[in-house]
Amino acid sequence: MKIVPGAVCEAGTSRANKTGGWRTFKPVYDYDKCIKCKLCELLCPDSAVKPREDGYFEFDYDFCKGCGICANECPKDAITMELEEK
Amino acid sequence: MPRETTMDKSKMVVVEGSYAVAHSVKVCRPNVISAYPITPQTHIVEDLSQFMADGEIPNCEYINVESEFSALSALVGSSAVGARSYSATTSQGLELMHEVLFNVSGMRLPIVMTVANRAVSAPISIWNDQQDSIAQRDTGWIQLYAENIQEASDMTAQLFKISEDKDIMMPSMACMDGFILSHVYEPVVLLEQDITDEFLPPFNPERTLDPSNPLTFGAFADPNYYTEFRYLQEQAMQTALKKIETVADEFSDMYGRYFGGLIDEYQTEDADIIIMAMGSIVGTIKDVIDRLRENNVKVGLLKVRAFRPFPAEAIKNVIKDAKVVVVLDKNISLGMNAGALFIETKSVLYNTDIDVPVTGYMIGHGGRDIPTSTIDKIIDDAKEIMKSGIKTESQFTDLKEELV
Repeated sequence: MKIVPGAVCEAGTSRANKTGGWRTFKPVYDYDKCIKCKLCELLCPDSAVKPREDGYFEFDYDFCKGCGICANECPKDAITMELEEK
Repeated sequence: MPRETTMDKSKMVVVEGSYAVAHSVKVCRPNVISAYPITPQTHIVEDLSQFMADGEIPNCEYINVESEFSALSALVGSSAVGARSYSATTSQGLELMHEVLFNVSGMRLPIVMTVANRAVSAPISIWNDQQDSIAQRDTGWIQLYAENIQEASDMTAQLFKISEDKDIMMPSMACMDGFILSHVYEPVVLLEQDITDEFLPPFNPERTLDPSNPLTFGAFADPNYYTEFRYLQEQAMQTALKKIETVADEFSDMYGRYFGGLIDEYQTEDADIIIMAMGSIVGTIKDVIDRLRENNVKVGLLKVRAFRPFPAEAIKNVIKDAKVVVVLDKNISLGMNAGALFIETKSVLYNTDIDVPVTGYMIGHGGRDIPTSTIDKIIDDAKEIMKSGIKTESQFTDLKEELV
């Protein structure tokens, strides 16, 4: 592979650069508490909250950096941050 | 064979330096101009604004922005889509651009910007020295310094051609001394549209931002790749060394005007003392040389036109047989007690066979006037060095001891 001057390459490169490995704590849903309010999806700075067909959500751990905003903002405390086990 | 400039008097008009530069920009057919006012650069973008209002610049957007950071950031986008992009700034404005300067050169966007050189605060000063652009020497921008208004305006077309060369693709600064050149009225030939249309081809970059073919510019480079991007930028600078010369020659052939390529020489052939300098001070030095030559003082001038890329070989060639080299700097690297041109000149002589004493003078800070008597005094010092060697390597000039 040759590099291109100006670091010009195809668009959407952040998809190739999986940043989930930066995470120390991972968010986990308790679907019994979730009211499908969508706040977590709206507030996630990395678009790592994906809607499911049943109206609930799931985390894309390839890109979730574990910032915890979703857990902090969840009005029903339906998200807990768990320490990543190596 | 030295090239001569013959000015066609029937084509000459008396205009302000800023107007001559703005006219050149117009003639270069820019597609995007970003503008934020700052003294002493403001007249350039004001004149361009007038041209826009009068419908004299077709196919061009003129963007008023809210800071110099935005002025250059706007051009990152416009240059990436393939628009010929221009701005002008100075002093604090240029320093505010610092981060964006690296982005522009790193993304290989051939933006041309006029810098009306001005001192940097604090203390606040609107007057001329060259600290502002010298402080940006490591950002990957080509820097040429103009001696007079004609050169500053002609340089604009040369720099678009150099920067947009597909083997270079690096941005450049056309540096002209603030007020001394930006606000002075001089007879000049305004850049000719018909010749320029032949001289400067349309900007046609290999890679552009285009929604139908999306690309990323300046993508993430991890430690496995970053070094190689810097290496390519340095190679482009080395290519620019040759291109600056060939473009100046080509310009001379087509327009009949020549102010030097990387450097220019004045009475250097047999000179014992060679003075090195950049910008408008060169005119004062030539006057002094003319007078001293009548008294058989063998003194010559090496005008440094390109500071980045640094013309090491060209400089070595000129000064190798001199007995003393005197370097004048309108800047200081604080903590080094020396100006940048002096430091660089000394550094390129190390590890060579050239053994000529080099002495430096920091001069004209914050617009301090540089009379011919000051140049006389410096040349007297140089004569002393020829006899008894260097006592002071680098010093302030005309320092008012009673004030400190």
